[in-house]
Amino acid sequence: MRKIWWKILCIVIIFYVIIFGFMGPVPHLAIVNETIRNTYFHVALWLAMTTLLLAAMIFSINYLRTGLVSNDDIASELTKSGIFFGLLGCMTGSAWATFTWGDPWPNDPKLNSAAVGMLIYLAYLLLRSSFEDEQRRARISSVYNIFAFAVFVPIIYILPRLTDSLHPGSGGNSTFGSIDIDNDMRKVFYPAIIGYILLGMWLAELRIRVKVINRVREENFIMSKKV
Amino acid sequence: MLLYVVSTVFVCYLSFNLRRGQLTPIVWNTLFWIIMLFTAVNAIGKSFSQERFGRLIYYYSLCSPQAIIISKIIYNSLIMMVLSLIGFGFYAFVLGNPVGDTNLYMVCIALAAVGFASVLTLIAGIASKADNSATLMAVLSFPIILPMLLMTIRLAKNALDGLDWSVSTDEITTLLAIDAIVITLSYLLFPYLWKS
Repeated sequence: MRKIWWKILCIVIIFYVIIFGFMGPVPHLAIVNETIRNTYFHVALWLAMTTLLLAAMIFSINYLRTGLVSNDDIASELTKSGIFFGLLGCMTGSAWATFTWGDPWPNDPKLNSAAVGMLIYLAYLLLRSSFEDEQRRARISSVYNIFAFAVFVPIIYILPRLTDSLHPGSGGNSTFGSIDIDNDMRKVFYPAIIGYILLGMWLAELRIRVKVINRVREENFIMSKKV
Repeated sequence: MLLYVVSTVFVCYLSFNLRRGQLTPIVWNTLFWIIMLFTAVNAIGKSFSQERFGRLIYYYSLCSPQAIIISKIIYNSLIMMVLSLIGFGFYAFVLGNPVGDTNLYMVCIALAAVGFASVLTLIAGIASKADNSATLMAVLSFPIILPMLLMTIRLAKNALDGLDWSVSTDEITTLLAIDAIVITLSYLLFPYLWKS
Protein backbone atom coordinates (compact mmCIF):
# COMPACT_ATOMS: atom_id res chain seq x y z
CA MET A 1 0.00 0.00 0.00
CA ARG A 2 1.80 3.09 -1.16
CA LYS A 3 1.06 6.59 0.04
CA ILE A 4 -2.08 5.70 1.89
CA TRP A 5 -1.81 8.54 4.40
CA TRP A 6 -3.56 11.16 2.32
CA LYS A 7 -6.53 8.91 1.70
CA ILE A 8 -6.95 8.42 5.44
CA LEU A 9 -6.54 12.17 5.89
CA CYS A 10 -9.21 12.71 3.25
CA ILE A 11 -11.71 10.42 4.98
CA VAL A 12 -11.01 11.98 8.37
CA ILE A 13 -11.44 15.51 7.02
CA ILE A 14 -14.65 14.67 5.16
CA PHE A 15 -16.21 13.15 8.27
CA TYR A 16 -14.98 16.09 10.34
CA VAL A 17 -16.61 18.47 7.89
CA ILE A 18 -19.88 16.56 7.83
CA ILE A 19 -20.13 16.28 11.62
CA PHE A 20 -18.97 19.77 12.50
CA GLY A 21 -20.68 21.24 9.46
CA PHE A 22 -24.04 20.16 10.82
CA MET A 23 -23.38 20.35 14.55
CA GLY A 24 -20.85 23.14 15.00
CA PRO A 25 -21.68 26.66 16.10
CA VAL A 26 -22.54 29.15 13.35
CA PRO A 27 -23.38 32.85 13.48
CA HIS A 28 -27.09 33.65 13.26
CA LEU A 29 -27.89 35.99 10.43
CA ALA A 30 -31.12 37.20 8.92
CA ILE A 31 -32.46 35.38 5.83
CA VAL A 32 -29.65 32.81 5.62
CA ASN A 33 -30.23 31.48 9.15
CA GLU A 34 -29.03 27.91 9.43
CA THR A 35 -28.48 27.55 5.68
CA ILE A 36 -25.16 29.30 6.26
CA ARG A 37 -23.88 25.79 6.91
CA ASN A 38 -24.09 25.29 3.17
CA THR A 39 -20.94 27.42 2.93
CA TYR A 40 -19.01 24.33 3.95
CA PHE A 41 -20.42 22.44 0.99
CA HIS A 42 -21.40 24.79 -1.81
CA VAL A 43 -18.58 27.34 -1.61
CA ALA A 44 -15.95 24.77 -0.72
CA LEU A 45 -17.04 22.53 -3.62
CA TRP A 46 -16.67 25.34 -6.13
CA LEU A 47 -13.24 26.27 -4.81
CA ALA A 48 -12.16 22.62 -4.91
CA MET A 49 -13.47 22.34 -8.45
CA THR A 50 -11.50 25.38 -9.57
CA THR A 51 -8.35 23.95 -7.99
CA LEU A 52 -8.85 20.61 -9.74
CA LEU A 53 -9.43 22.30 -13.09
CA LEU A 54 -6.34 24.44 -12.57
CA ALA A 55 -4.33 21.30 -11.86
CA ALA A 56 -5.80 19.72 -14.99
CA MET A 57 -4.71 22.71 -17.04
CA ILE A 58 -1.18 22.48 -15.63
CA PHE A 59 -1.02 18.81 -16.64
CA SER A 60 -2.31 19.72 -20.10
CA ILE A 61 0.49 22.26 -20.48
CA ASN A 62 2.91 19.59 -19.29
CA TYR A 63 1.56 17.19 -21.88
CA LEU A 64 2.12 19.69 -24.67
CA ARG A 65 5.67 20.29 -23.44
CA THR A 66 6.70 16.68 -22.90
CA GLY A 67 4.35 14.56 -25.01
CA LEU A 68 3.85 11.88 -22.36
CA VAL A 69 0.38 10.32 -22.54
CA SER A 70 0.32 9.85 -18.74
CA ASN A 71 0.10 13.64 -18.36
CA ASP A 72 -2.99 13.70 -20.53
CA ASP A 73 -4.55 10.85 -18.54
CA ILE A 74 -4.11 12.86 -15.36
CA ALA A 75 -5.44 16.04 -16.96
CA SER A 76 -8.57 14.39 -18.33
CA GLU A 77 -9.42 12.55 -15.12
CA LEU A 78 -8.86 15.65 -12.99
CA THR A 79 -11.18 17.51 -15.34
CA LYS A 80 -13.80 14.79 -14.95
CA SER A 81 -13.71 14.98 -11.16
CA GLY A 82 -13.81 18.76 -11.49
CA ILE A 83 -16.98 18.47 -13.58
CA PHE A 84 -18.46 16.10 -10.98
CA PHE A 85 -17.80 18.66 -8.24
CA GLY A 86 -19.22 21.37 -10.44
CA LEU A 87 -22.49 19.46 -10.79
CA LEU A 88 -22.58 18.88 -7.02
CA GLY A 89 -21.87 22.59 -6.53
CA CYS A 90 -24.79 23.47 -8.80
CA MET A 91 -27.09 21.15 -6.86
CA THR A 92 -26.10 22.42 -3.41
CA GLY A 93 -26.28 25.99 -4.68
CA SER A 94 -29.73 25.32 -6.05
CA ALA A 95 -30.89 23.92 -2.71
CA TRP A 96 -29.46 26.97 -0.96
CA ALA A 97 -31.10 29.37 -3.39
CA THR A 98 -34.48 27.74 -2.82
CA PHE A 99 -34.39 28.67 0.84
CA THR A 100 -32.72 32.08 0.69
CA TRP A 101 -33.67 33.62 -2.64
CA GLY A 102 -36.93 31.70 -2.98
CA ASP A 103 -36.20 30.15 -6.35
CA PRO A 104 -34.09 27.12 -7.30
CA TRP A 105 -32.64 28.90 -10.33
CA PRO A 106 -32.98 32.68 -10.01
CA ASN A 107 -31.97 34.69 -13.04
CA ASP A 108 -28.55 35.68 -11.79
CA PRO A 109 -25.41 36.44 -13.86
CA LYS A 110 -23.24 34.14 -11.81
CA LEU A 111 -25.62 31.19 -12.16
CA ASN A 112 -25.86 31.69 -15.87
CA SER A 113 -22.12 31.88 -16.29
CA ALA A 114 -21.73 28.79 -14.11
CA ALA A 115 -24.06 26.98 -16.49
CA VAL A 116 -22.01 28.22 -19.44
CA GLY A 117 -18.83 27.07 -17.71
CA MET A 118 -20.29 23.61 -17.21
CA LEU A 119 -21.26 23.53 -20.90
CA ILE A 120 -17.69 24.42 -21.88
CA TYR A 121 -16.37 21.47 -19.91
CA LEU A 122 -19.08 19.08 -21.11
CA ALA A 123 -18.03 20.06 -24.62
CA TYR A 124 -14.53 18.98 -23.59
CA LEU A 125 -15.86 15.48 -22.89
CA LEU A 126 -17.59 15.43 -26.27
CA LEU A 127 -14.39 16.56 -27.96
CA ARG A 128 -12.43 13.77 -26.28
CA SER A 129 -14.89 11.15 -27.38
CA SER A 130 -14.74 12.16 -31.03
CA PHE A 131 -11.17 11.01 -31.67
CA GLU A 132 -9.93 7.51 -32.26
CA ASP A 133 -6.21 8.06 -32.23
CA GLU A 134 -4.77 8.42 -28.74
CA GLN A 135 -1.96 10.91 -29.39
CA ARG A 136 -4.16 13.09 -31.52
CA ARG A 137 -6.95 13.08 -28.95
CA ALA A 138 -4.48 13.92 -26.21
CA ARG A 139 -2.95 16.82 -28.08
CA ILE A 140 -6.16 18.41 -29.29
CA SER A 141 -8.02 18.04 -26.03
CA SER A 142 -5.03 19.49 -24.17
CA VAL A 143 -5.17 22.54 -26.39
CA TYR A 144 -8.90 22.86 -25.78
CA ASN A 145 -8.48 22.31 -22.04
CA ILE A 146 -6.02 25.19 -21.67
CA PHE A 147 -8.26 27.40 -23.76
CA ALA A 148 -11.34 26.36 -21.75
CA PHE A 149 -9.75 27.15 -18.40
CA ALA A 150 -8.59 30.54 -19.63
CA VAL A 151 -12.16 31.34 -20.66
CA PHE A 152 -13.71 29.69 -17.61
CA VAL A 153 -11.97 31.83 -14.97
CA PRO A 154 -13.08 35.19 -16.38
CA ILE A 155 -16.69 34.13 -16.86
CA ILE A 156 -17.01 32.64 -13.38
CA TYR A 157 -14.93 34.97 -11.26
CA ILE A 158 -14.55 38.26 -13.12
CA LEU A 159 -17.54 39.02 -15.33
CA PRO A 160 -20.25 38.41 -12.67
CA ARG A 161 -18.48 40.83 -10.35
CA LEU A 162 -18.79 43.60 -12.89
CA THR A 163 -22.57 43.34 -12.88
CA ASP A 164 -25.24 43.12 -10.23
CA SER A 165 -25.53 39.66 -8.83
CA LEU A 166 -27.24 38.04 -5.88
CA HIS A 167 -24.01 36.35 -4.89
CA PRO A 168 -21.79 37.96 -2.30
CA GLY A 169 -18.83 39.81 -3.74
CA SER A 170 -20.72 41.13 -6.77
CA GLY A 171 -22.19 44.46 -7.69
CA GLY A 172 -21.09 46.20 -4.52
CA ASN A 173 -21.99 43.42 -2.07
CA SER A 174 -19.05 42.57 0.08
CA THR A 175 -17.63 39.07 0.06
CA PHE A 176 -18.63 36.52 2.64
CA GLY A 177 -15.31 36.43 4.44
CA SER A 178 -15.19 40.05 5.43
CA ILE A 179 -18.41 40.21 7.43
CA ASP A 180 -20.05 36.95 8.27
CA ILE A 181 -17.56 34.14 8.57
CA ASP A 182 -16.33 33.99 12.14
CA ASN A 183 -13.47 31.90 13.43
CA ASP A 184 -15.68 28.92 14.27
CA MET A 185 -16.63 28.66 10.62
CA ARG A 186 -13.07 29.04 9.40
CA LYS A 187 -12.14 25.93 11.40
CA VAL A 188 -14.49 23.90 9.26
CA PHE A 189 -14.42 25.84 6.00
CA TYR A 190 -10.70 25.61 5.18
CA PRO A 191 -10.41 21.89 6.00
CA ALA A 192 -13.51 21.35 3.86
CA ILE A 193 -11.74 22.76 0.80
CA ILE A 194 -8.68 20.59 1.41
CA GLY A 195 -10.87 17.53 2.02
CA TYR A 196 -12.77 17.96 -1.24
CA ILE A 197 -9.56 18.52 -3.18
CA LEU A 198 -8.15 15.30 -1.75
CA LEU A 199 -11.39 13.47 -2.57
CA GLY A 200 -11.22 14.74 -6.14
CA MET A 201 -7.62 13.59 -6.42
CA TRP A 202 -8.60 10.19 -5.10
CA LEU A 203 -11.42 9.83 -7.63
CA ALA A 204 -9.09 10.87 -10.42
CA GLU A 205 -6.35 8.53 -9.23
CA LEU A 206 -8.65 5.50 -9.23
CA ARG A 207 -9.81 6.23 -12.74
CA ILE A 208 -6.26 6.80 -13.95
CA ARG A 209 -5.27 3.41 -12.55
CA VAL A 210 -8.17 1.73 -14.34
CA LYS A 211 -7.10 3.45 -17.54
CA VAL A 212 -3.48 2.35 -17.18
CA ILE A 213 -4.52 -1.24 -16.44
CA ASN A 214 -6.73 -1.28 -19.52
CA ARG A 215 -3.94 0.08 -21.66
CA VAL A 216 -1.48 -2.53 -20.42
CA ARG A 217 -4.02 -5.31 -20.98
CA GLU A 218 -4.68 -4.09 -24.49
CA GLU A 219 -0.99 -4.02 -25.26
CA ASN A 220 -0.52 -7.52 -23.86
CA PHE A 221 -3.45 -8.71 -25.95
CA ILE A 222 -1.93 -7.26 -29.10
CA MET A 223 1.47 -8.72 -28.27
CA SER A 224 0.00 -12.19 -27.65
CA LYS A 225 -1.81 -12.06 -31.00
CA LYS A 226 1.41 -11.25 -32.81
CA VAL A 227 3.17 -14.26 -31.28
CA MET B 1 -21.96 34.08 -47.25
CA LEU B 2 -23.25 37.47 -48.26
CA LEU B 3 -26.30 35.80 -49.70
CA TYR B 4 -26.67 33.88 -46.43
CA VAL B 5 -26.77 37.11 -44.40
CA VAL B 6 -29.12 38.85 -46.77
CA SER B 7 -31.53 35.94 -46.97
CA THR B 8 -31.56 35.47 -43.18
CA VAL B 9 -32.30 39.14 -42.69
CA PHE B 10 -35.05 38.90 -45.30
CA VAL B 11 -36.58 35.87 -43.57
CA CYS B 12 -36.61 37.84 -40.31
CA TYR B 13 -38.17 40.77 -42.09
CA LEU B 14 -40.94 38.62 -43.57
CA SER B 15 -41.61 36.86 -40.26
CA PHE B 16 -41.92 40.12 -38.39
CA ASN B 17 -44.05 41.57 -41.14
CA LEU B 18 -47.14 40.07 -39.54
CA ARG B 19 -46.89 42.28 -36.51
CA ARG B 20 -44.93 45.39 -37.31
CA GLY B 21 -45.36 47.06 -33.96
CA GLN B 22 -43.93 44.14 -32.01
CA LEU B 23 -40.34 44.81 -33.04
CA THR B 24 -39.06 46.86 -30.11
CA PRO B 25 -35.45 48.13 -30.19
CA ILE B 26 -34.34 45.39 -27.77
CA VAL B 27 -35.75 42.65 -29.97
CA TRP B 28 -34.26 44.40 -33.00
CA ASN B 29 -30.82 44.42 -31.37
CA THR B 30 -30.91 40.84 -30.12
CA LEU B 31 -32.14 39.53 -33.45
CA PHE B 32 -29.33 41.31 -35.26
CA TRP B 33 -26.66 39.81 -33.03
CA ILE B 34 -28.09 36.32 -33.26
CA ILE B 35 -28.03 36.59 -37.05
CA MET B 36 -24.42 37.75 -36.79
CA LEU B 37 -23.52 34.84 -34.48
CA PHE B 38 -24.83 32.24 -36.89
CA THR B 39 -23.21 33.98 -39.83
CA ALA B 40 -19.88 33.98 -38.00
CA VAL B 41 -20.09 30.30 -37.09
CA ASN B 42 -20.93 29.36 -40.66
CA ALA B 43 -18.39 31.65 -42.30
CA ILE B 44 -15.44 30.88 -40.06
CA GLY B 45 -16.21 27.22 -39.50
CA LYS B 46 -15.19 26.60 -43.07
CA SER B 47 -11.82 28.31 -42.78
CA PHE B 48 -9.93 25.08 -42.06
CA SER B 49 -12.17 22.24 -43.20
CA GLN B 50 -12.65 23.79 -46.63
CA GLU B 51 -9.00 23.45 -47.59
CA ARG B 52 -7.67 20.26 -49.02
CA PHE B 53 -5.18 18.12 -47.19
CA GLY B 54 -2.45 18.72 -49.73
CA ARG B 55 -2.72 22.43 -49.44
CA LEU B 56 -2.43 22.25 -45.65
CA ILE B 57 0.81 20.33 -46.04
CA TYR B 58 1.99 22.96 -48.48
CA TYR B 59 1.27 25.71 -45.92
CA TYR B 60 2.97 23.63 -43.27
CA SER B 61 6.16 23.47 -45.25
CA LEU B 62 5.94 27.11 -46.25
CA CYS B 63 5.71 29.13 -43.05
CA SER B 64 5.48 29.05 -39.27
CA PRO B 65 2.21 28.18 -37.48
CA GLN B 66 2.16 31.58 -35.77
CA ALA B 67 2.10 33.30 -39.15
CA ILE B 68 -0.76 31.07 -40.26
CA ILE B 69 -2.99 31.64 -37.24
CA ILE B 70 -2.37 35.40 -37.23
CA SER B 71 -3.12 35.69 -40.92
CA LYS B 72 -6.23 33.54 -40.57
CA ILE B 73 -7.45 35.71 -37.70
CA ILE B 74 -6.83 38.90 -39.67
CA TYR B 75 -8.51 37.50 -42.77
CA ASN B 76 -11.53 36.25 -40.80
CA SER B 77 -11.80 39.56 -38.95
CA LEU B 78 -11.92 41.42 -42.23
CA ILE B 79 -14.51 39.02 -43.62
CA MET B 80 -16.64 39.38 -40.48
CA MET B 81 -16.27 43.16 -40.59
CA VAL B 82 -17.46 43.32 -44.20
CA LEU B 83 -20.25 40.80 -43.61
CA SER B 84 -21.55 42.54 -40.51
CA LEU B 85 -21.40 46.01 -42.07
CA ILE B 86 -23.32 44.86 -45.13
CA GLY B 87 -25.64 42.86 -42.89
CA PHE B 88 -26.23 45.90 -40.72
CA GLY B 89 -26.89 48.06 -43.74
CA PHE B 90 -29.44 45.67 -45.19
CA TYR B 91 -30.98 44.99 -41.78
CA ALA B 92 -31.42 48.69 -41.13
CA PHE B 93 -32.78 49.10 -44.65
CA VAL B 94 -35.61 46.57 -44.34
CA LEU B 95 -36.35 46.61 -40.61
CA GLY B 96 -35.82 50.26 -39.79
CA ASN B 97 -32.94 51.85 -37.93
CA PRO B 98 -33.55 52.80 -34.29
CA VAL B 99 -29.84 53.30 -33.51
CA GLY B 100 -29.20 56.48 -31.54
CA ASP B 101 -25.41 56.62 -31.77
CA THR B 102 -24.25 55.14 -35.06
CA ASN B 103 -20.52 55.69 -34.39
CA LEU B 104 -20.62 53.66 -31.19
CA TYR B 105 -22.63 50.96 -32.95
CA MET B 106 -19.91 50.77 -35.62
CA VAL B 107 -17.23 50.44 -32.91
CA CYS B 108 -19.31 47.69 -31.38
CA ILE B 109 -19.59 45.88 -34.72
CA ALA B 110 -15.84 46.15 -35.28
CA LEU B 111 -15.00 44.81 -31.80
CA ALA B 112 -17.46 41.97 -32.17
CA ALA B 113 -16.10 41.08 -35.60
CA VAL B 114 -12.54 40.82 -34.30
CA GLY B 115 -13.65 38.92 -31.20
CA PHE B 116 -15.84 36.41 -33.04
CA ALA B 117 -13.14 35.87 -35.64
CA SER B 118 -10.38 35.19 -33.12
CA VAL B 119 -12.41 32.79 -30.96
CA LEU B 120 -13.92 30.93 -33.87
CA THR B 121 -10.67 30.55 -35.78
CA LEU B 122 -9.06 28.53 -33.01
CA ILE B 123 -12.25 26.52 -32.47
CA ALA B 124 -12.50 25.86 -36.20
CA GLY B 125 -8.92 24.60 -36.10
CA ILE B 126 -9.80 22.22 -33.26
CA ALA B 127 -13.05 21.08 -34.85
CA SER B 128 -11.52 20.46 -38.26
CA LYS B 129 -9.34 17.73 -36.76
CA ALA B 130 -12.40 15.69 -35.79
CA ASP B 131 -14.68 13.80 -38.11
CA ASN B 132 -18.07 15.42 -37.61
CA SER B 133 -16.65 18.92 -37.53
CA ALA B 134 -19.85 20.86 -38.21
CA THR B 135 -21.64 19.62 -35.09
CA LEU B 136 -18.52 19.90 -32.99
CA MET B 137 -17.98 23.45 -34.18
CA ALA B 138 -21.38 24.53 -32.87
CA VAL B 139 -21.05 22.65 -29.58
CA LEU B 140 -17.58 23.96 -28.83
CA SER B 141 -18.05 27.52 -29.94
CA PHE B 142 -21.42 28.51 -28.47
CA PRO B 143 -20.54 28.33 -24.77
CA ILE B 144 -17.18 29.99 -25.32
CA ILE B 145 -18.59 32.79 -27.40
CA LEU B 146 -21.57 33.44 -25.12
CA PRO B 147 -19.88 35.85 -22.66
CA MET B 148 -18.57 37.86 -25.58
CA LEU B 149 -22.00 37.90 -27.20
CA LEU B 150 -23.65 39.11 -23.98
CA MET B 151 -21.09 41.91 -23.59
CA THR B 152 -21.58 42.91 -27.21
CA ILE B 153 -25.36 42.98 -26.87
CA ARG B 154 -25.04 45.18 -23.79
CA LEU B 155 -22.68 47.56 -25.59
CA ALA B 156 -24.95 47.61 -28.63
CA LYS B 157 -27.88 48.40 -26.36
CA ASN B 158 -26.01 51.43 -25.02
CA ALA B 159 -25.34 52.55 -28.57
CA LEU B 160 -28.97 51.98 -29.45
CA ASP B 161 -30.16 54.26 -26.68
CA GLY B 162 -27.60 56.87 -27.67
CA LEU B 163 -26.05 56.95 -24.20
CA ASP B 164 -22.84 58.86 -23.57
CA TRP B 165 -19.59 57.07 -24.48
CA SER B 166 -18.38 57.20 -20.88
CA VAL B 167 -21.18 54.80 -19.90
CA SER B 168 -19.85 52.15 -22.26
CA THR B 169 -16.14 52.28 -21.43
CA ASP B 170 -16.53 49.29 -19.09
CA GLU B 171 -17.96 47.11 -21.83
CA ILE B 172 -15.40 48.28 -24.38
CA THR B 173 -12.46 47.51 -22.08
CA THR B 174 -13.90 44.11 -21.17
CA LEU B 175 -14.39 43.22 -24.83
CA LEU B 176 -10.85 44.36 -25.64
CA ALA B 177 -9.51 42.30 -22.73
CA ILE B 178 -11.35 39.17 -23.90
CA ASP B 179 -10.05 39.72 -27.43
CA ALA B 180 -6.50 40.09 -26.12
CA ILE B 181 -6.72 36.91 -24.02
CA VAL B 182 -8.13 34.90 -26.90
CA ILE B 183 -5.64 36.12 -29.49
CA THR B 184 -2.68 35.47 -27.17
CA LEU B 185 -3.94 31.99 -26.44
CA SER B 186 -4.47 31.20 -30.10
CA TYR B 187 -0.96 32.42 -30.84
CA LEU B 188 0.51 30.19 -28.14
CA LEU B 189 -1.62 27.09 -28.63
CA PHE B 190 -2.01 26.88 -32.37
CA PRO B 191 1.50 25.47 -33.06
CA TYR B 192 0.55 22.31 -31.13
CA LEU B 193 -2.67 21.97 -33.05
CA TRP B 194 -0.95 22.53 -36.37
CA LYS B 195 1.52 19.71 -35.88
CA SER B 196 -1.07 16.97 -35.99
